[in-house]
Order: sequence, then structure tokens, then C-alpha cells
Amino acid sequence: MSSSFVELNNVTLRYSEGDDLALDTTDMKIRKGEFIAVVGPSGCGKSSLLKLVSGLMPPSNGTVIVDAKEVAGPLKIVGMAFQNPTLLPWRTTLDNVLLPLEIVKPHRNRLRKHKQEYIERARDLLATVGLAGHENKYPWELSGGMQQRASLCRALIHEPDLLMLDEPFGALDAFTREELWDILQNLWLKRPFTVILVTHDLREAAYLADTVYVMSKRPGKILVARDNTLPRPRDQETTFTQPFTDLVHELRSHIRDVRAA
Amino acid sequence: MTKRSLQSRATPWISAIVLFLLWEGIVRLFHIPDYVLPTPSASLEAAWKFRSAIWMHAAQTLYTTLFGFAIAVVFGVFLGALVGSSRAIYNAANPLLVGFNSVPKVALVPVLVMWFGIGTVPAVITAFIISFFPIVVNVATGLATLEPELRDVLRSLGATRTDILVKVGFPRALPYFFASLKVAITLAFVGSVISETVASNVGVGYLMLSASSKFNMPLVFAGLLVIAAMGIIMYEFFNIVERRSTRWANRANPTG
Repeated sequence: MSSSFVELNNVTLRYSEGDDLALDTTDMKIRKGEFIAVVGPSGCGKSSLLKLVSGLMPPSNGTVIVDAKEVAGPLKIVGMAFQNPTLLPWRTTLDNVLLPLEIVKPHRNRLRKHKQEYIERARDLLATVGLAGHENKYPWELSGGMQQRASLCRALIHEPDLLMLDEPFGALDAFTREELWDILQNLWLKRPFTVILVTHDLREAAYLADTVYVMSKRPGKILVARDNTLPRPRDQETTFTQPFTDLVHELRSHIRDVRAA
Repeated sequence: MTKRSLQSRATPWISAIVLFLLWEGIVRLFHIPDYVLPTPSASLEAAWKFRSAIWMHAAQTLYTTLFGFAIAVVFGVFLGALVGSSRAIYNAANPLLVGFNSVPKVALVPVLVMWFGIGTVPAVITAFIISFFPIVVNVATGLATLEPELRDVLRSLGATRTDILVKVGFPRALPYFFASLKVAITLAFVGSVISETVASNVGVGYLMLSASSKFNMPLVFAGLLVIAAMGIIMYEFFNIVERRSTRWANRANPTG
């Protein structure tokens, strides 16, 4: 299949020579603009998967292909967000969001001359996640949910083709979390980028993803790839429909099997 | 000014005055002779009496201290950046640094005298070698404790090592750096005074040594008070600089 944007072929990973496998033979094919979620028990190598795809870690075996090129070092086009928002405390929210533009080419060379244009862009993005009026606040003046929104903006400001999310909503309360699902879905519907979302929240995976991958215990291995064809845009009501709850049930039973194994 | 901030400004003065009163009272009460422990009033009197000499010696001490301290800052930041940004350099340099720091600096003064003669040069060098260590350690710590997630975010944007250092490493190390300056400046005074005591004919250290050889204890204590005062002033100066420049790191500090 040549239409896949991210491809993992027979990938295995061990952190160092002689260690146990962290990731066992893994194959994945992700289309351009597809939203996938990876769920699995903790410590199953979900985060390692992100590092492999983004080129921060080389696979021990097999190949990782992104955009028809084999990954050999850190990709330069990826947006990332983690459970910990990792905003820089000495920068305002706006300046935090602008950070990638100071690094990514060609923006880094244009930034000084076109500062106003980029600031507008950052303000627009912040407004779409509901942070209008908070641009000049420092991270510690924002709530956890607001910090996470800013972190999402930072991951998206340079319009990356690939977005990596490592349990980005894991530390938030349930209401804030579901609010952020919608924000993320809206951003993605507006400009479909490819998303790899690592999570242990099955409802989150069912709400957001086109395909949900279930991983086994360590050494991690993909056991199930479940298509999710629930119509978009999904909203609060979707979560109370039968197909949604069926999907969550099904995922839950996979996880139960995995943990029992 | 609020009542509370007035109070917090007054407390250090009050505690200093109380200490001086206690000292004065105890010396008078037990009739402790002047050549053992002079009263603070006698020390201040001596300070006033010998003010022109003290002024000259203090200026020399301040000069050697700041000179040595300045070299320590430049060298410390450079070495700290090197040690903090590379695991290999850290492993190579750390035992040497710790070993070097463990050597009593007073033991080095004779060596410096052999090389450079007595006077300003060994005092500057002693102030430097005694004060660079905390700067190195703190700058290195600030750089080395960068969150791995943040590093990943930046690397996946194509950031170079220099990018990471400039955008995140240095700003992040800044509070550590300023904290170390406060420690380093007081250490620099220790270094220069040690060296002046052992090998100089100018500076507060020399002044105190020559005064004690004449049993002029009030003047010795006047020298001590002058050094303490200079140390407090420089410490406060860097404290203010720290708070001004790294407000983000001190926001929860009740004294900030």
C-alpha cells in the first residue's frame, strides 16, 4: 500500500543491547490525515512507539517510514504534546506558542521580518481553543486545562503534518478533558493532519480516533486494529449512543484479555 | 508601603541591633578585657578613628574580590555550560572539580606567592578559585535537569543543540546561576581576605593581621565588621538582581 503516510515494518525495539524487548514485531500503516489512537496497559511501550515514529529513537530492527522516507533521525515536522504541558515558565502564553516558529524552517528565518503576521496566527489559534485574552499571561497563571490548550497550540502552530499526543489529557478532570476532545477534533476537522494519540482512556480513543490499536503487555505488540466509523463530528450525544458504548465495551474486553494474559 | 513590608524591612536591622546590644552587654557584664573581645562600640570607635586606613584597605579588598569574582563568573559559566550540556564532559570533569574544591584554598596561597609574589595577584586568584565552583555546579545543574519531554518537543522540530541551549537551557539555568552568585560573592571575600592575611601588605586581611600583632583588637574587629558589611551589601545586590531578572522562578517565594 503506497498511500500510507506512516508505516512500521517488522519493528522491534530494545533500549539497549541485552535488554528485554520493549516493543515486539510491530506493523502499522497510517493514512495521511488519519487519526489513530493506541491503547494498552501501562508500560506496554506506547510512548516508545511515538519516539520511534518521530525518529527520537531508532528501532532495533525493521523500518519506520514517514512520508515515503525512512526515518533516520528526528523528524523536523512533528508537533508533540505530553501529559505534562512543559510550557516555558519565563515566556508568556503567546511566546510559548511562538516557540516552534523560532526553530522550524523556513519560519525561523522569516519570523523577525514577519513578526506581526505570526503573532496574528498564534492569536487566532489560541482563540480557537478558547484562550483569547490570555495571550500575555504566564503559564502559572493558567489552569491545568488552559496550559494543556496552550501546549496543543504550540504543537500545531507550525502546521505539522504529524501530531504526536502522549496522554495529553491524562491529568485533567473529566469535564475539561471532554471539552478538549472537542477542541482537538475541531482543529483536526479544519485541517486534517495525521495524529497518533497514546492514551489509556478508552472513551477518549473511541471519541477521537478513526482506528484504535490495542497493544499487549510488555513487550508491546499490536493485537487489534479496530476501525471506528462513527460519524463525525462526534459530540456529547455520540458518547451515549449504542455504537459508541459497544465500541468502548469491545475495547475494554480486549484490554481485559491483554491484562489477564 | 504596607505595614507588613515595613515590618519585613525592619526585622534584619532589629536583629542586628539586638545582637550588638547583647554583645556589648555581655562584654561589660563579665568585664572581658579589650584584647580578648572588644565591645562593638569600641570596634566602631576604632573603625572611625582609623577610617582613612580602613577605607584604603577595604577598597583594595573590594577590588581584589570583585576582580576574582568576575573571572569566576566568566570561567564558571563557561565550564558549567560545558559540563551541563554533555554527559561525557560531566563524567570526565566532575571528580576533578570535586577534588579541586576539597583542597583548602589557604594551602594554595604559598604556591601562588611563589609564582606571582605577594599582593594583589594571589588575592585575586584565591578569590577566583574559591568562588567559581558553586557557579559551575549550579549552571551545570540548571542545564542538565531539562525535562526530557521538552527536549523531545524541540528535537522533533529540528532544533540543534545550540537551539536547545539558547531557547531553553540558558533561560532555565538563570535562577540557578543567580543563586550561585550570592554564594560565590561571599566566598570570594573569604578568598581575598585569606590571601591578604597570608601574603600581602595591603587589604583588610593585612590590616587585621597587623592590628592583632599590635594587640589592637578593636581594630581587628572593625576589620571583621567591614568585611561582613561588604559581604552583606554584595549579597543583597545579587539578591535584588536575581529577583528582578528571574521573577518567574521566584513567584511563590514568600521573601520575594
